Amino acid sequence: MLVFDNVSKVYPGGKRAVDHLQLEIEEGEFVCLIGPSGCGKTTTMKMINRLVRPSEGKILLNGENLLDKNVVELRRSIGYVIQQIGLFPHMTIRDNIALVPRLKGISAEERNRRAEELLELVNMPKEFLDRYPHELSGGQQQRIGVLRALASDPPLILMDEPFGALDPITRDSLQAEFKNLQQSLGKTIIFVTHDMDEALKLADKIVIMRAGKIVQVGSPDEILRNPADEFVEDFIGKERLAQARQQLQTVGQIMNPNPVSVGMGETLSQAVKLMRKRRVDSLLVTDGAGVFRGWVTVETIERHKNWDAAVADIMETDVPTVRADTLLRDATRNILVRGLKYVPVVDDRKHLAGILTRTSLVDVLYDSVWGDTEDESSGMADGEGA
Amino acid sequence: MDSIRTFFSEYGALLAEKTWEHLYISFAALALGVIVAVPLGILLVRLPKIAGLVMGIAGIVQTFPSLAILAFFIPLLGIGKVPAIVALFLYSMLPILRNTYIGVKNVDPTLLEASRGMGMTTFQRTTRVELPLAVPVIMAGIRMSAVYLIGWATLASFIGGGGLGDFIFDGLNLFRPDLIIGGAVPVTLLAILLDLLLGKLEKAATPIGIRLERGEA
Ligand SMILES: Nc1ncnc2c1ncn2[C@@H]1O[C@H](COP(=O)(O)OP(=O)(O)OP(=O)(O)O)[C@@H](O)[C@H]1O
Ligand SMILES: [Mg+2]
Repeated sequence: MLVFDNVSKVYPGGKRAVDHLQLEIEEGEFVCLIGPSGCGKTTTMKMINRLVRPSEGKILLNGENLLDKNVVELRRSIGYVIQQIGLFPHMTIRDNIALVPRLKGISAEERNRRAEELLELVNMPKEFLDRYPHELSGGQQQRIGVLRALASDPPLILMDEPFGALDPITRDSLQAEFKNLQQSLGKTIIFVTHDMDEALKLADKIVIMRAGKIVQVGSPDEILRNPADEFVEDFIGKERLAQARQQLQTVGQIMNPNPVSVGMGETLSQAVKLMRKRRVDSLLVTDGAGVFRGWVTVETIERHKNWDAAVADIMETDVPTVRADTLLRDATRNILVRGLKYVPVVDDRKHLAGILTRTSLVDVLYDSVWGDTEDESSGMADGEGA
Repeated sequence: MDSIRTFFSEYGALLAEKTWEHLYISFAALALGVIVAVPLGILLVRLPKIAGLVMGIAGIVQTFPSLAILAFFIPLLGIGKVPAIVALFLYSMLPILRNTYIGVKNVDPTLLEASRGMGMTTFQRTTRVELPLAVPVIMAGIRMSAVYLIGWATLASFIGGGGLGDFIFDGLNLFRPDLIIGGAVPVTLLAILLDLLLGKLEKAATPIGIRLERGEA
């Protein structure tokens, strides 16, 4: 929907606020721009509604160069929430909300209906329509600032630290409220913040910037799992990162990647030999291509007696497996509830990748329940990462 | 008391005529001042490079003695009401110009950014945001100007413009204190009255939202 193609902004005086920015934003995406003060977030955003003109490169909106569009119409088609809220003190809440529709020549009735409808979205009573901004609390004003950007139903909304000036409790509820709103309305949002928690909570895509350049782009999970460099790690914060690592650990990270396995065509006597040698009571069975097919236990072999039979003849095939990229938190319950001692781990093509034992699972659970030292748990994640 | 009665019976009609003339000259000058100075003030905010220069010149004009300005217009426009109005108009401009300039310039820049970002044209931004927000300051300038004008308009008489100044100058020439007082008192009363009226207007013209903000409503 929106493409930054090699965009730079050099302010008069030579300050390079945005440096060769390359970024693509999909329709319906909630994108957070985040980074330290002065890294160019606001500048990047203001280039979208042409409050700032790029010095180099071009920005395409639905394939069309922004600079080729009529600037007034462009701005009316993009919602804009500024950090300082910026409600007009001489206009009622109704007139503030319905400002863009008014500029577009929408009738008074229609505007009024729209203002009422929007106010309902944030659970504020109609009586507020005739009040003036000064008569509202900071949180209420910030809500109206957001509604004003929604008034003409623009597909794209720019928000510059819209919840910055709020106390933590109001901010929390407004964030949740807004995330719901965005999802139900299907808007594309570009949201500037310097609060990582806010970005992690709201974003589909986080763009981390530093000195006018993009350091990393990714979903919150991706960024938490693989911070691009030390700067990103510092920015996320060690504590949050350790916590997230646990939350985001995959089965692949804690499984034993060298399970004892046997080929389908092997005989039972060979299987037993292998069990003895490796001191295990069961074997995972794979075919020639390494695809997991089932398992055999020492009990079934015992019952069978025909030592020359192939493993394939007696193996159990109805065996639960888990994929290596499953998040541990999703796999855990399943395994514990079913009382499995171990679960074979497969990759996306069903190849045997490892084995997850109840013991290793319990170790991890201990860590998260009793908050074992972070160093140990993150060390383990690093060590066994596939 | 008696003397006041005789003064009115003798000069009442003339007094009414001169008061009317006085108001006419003042308001004509004021109207011109508003029509020219308000747009000019707004324009100057858009042209920061020459704003300082223009404000400086206006300030200097203000310091010229009023009589000199009046006299200056005689060779250009002759005598009578028109040169008087033109000269007074020049005087009335400065307070209005300065207040318009300051009022518009001091509008919160975040509101201007909001209006630009929301897609207002320059004209819409001026008429819907800057002017309403600057109204209290502009009105204060107009009020100041109007009160000055009532005083300065007495000098119109000097170049044949008429007004209450006629009483005062006649009184001075004829050594008639009653005429001097008969002219000066109405001028003072007019100035006070106008100040009150425009004060009320200033308040009424201030958008409710702004009054609320100041805790006045
Ligand atoms: N109009 C301007 N003229 C000159 N330099 C500017 C201008 N606006 C911003 N800058 C500079 O460009 C850089 C980026 O500014 P920008 O406002 O985009 O940062 P930001 O990431 O939004 O910061 P913050 O988190 O503090 O809002 C800063 O160094 C800033 O000083
Ligand atoms: Mg900023």
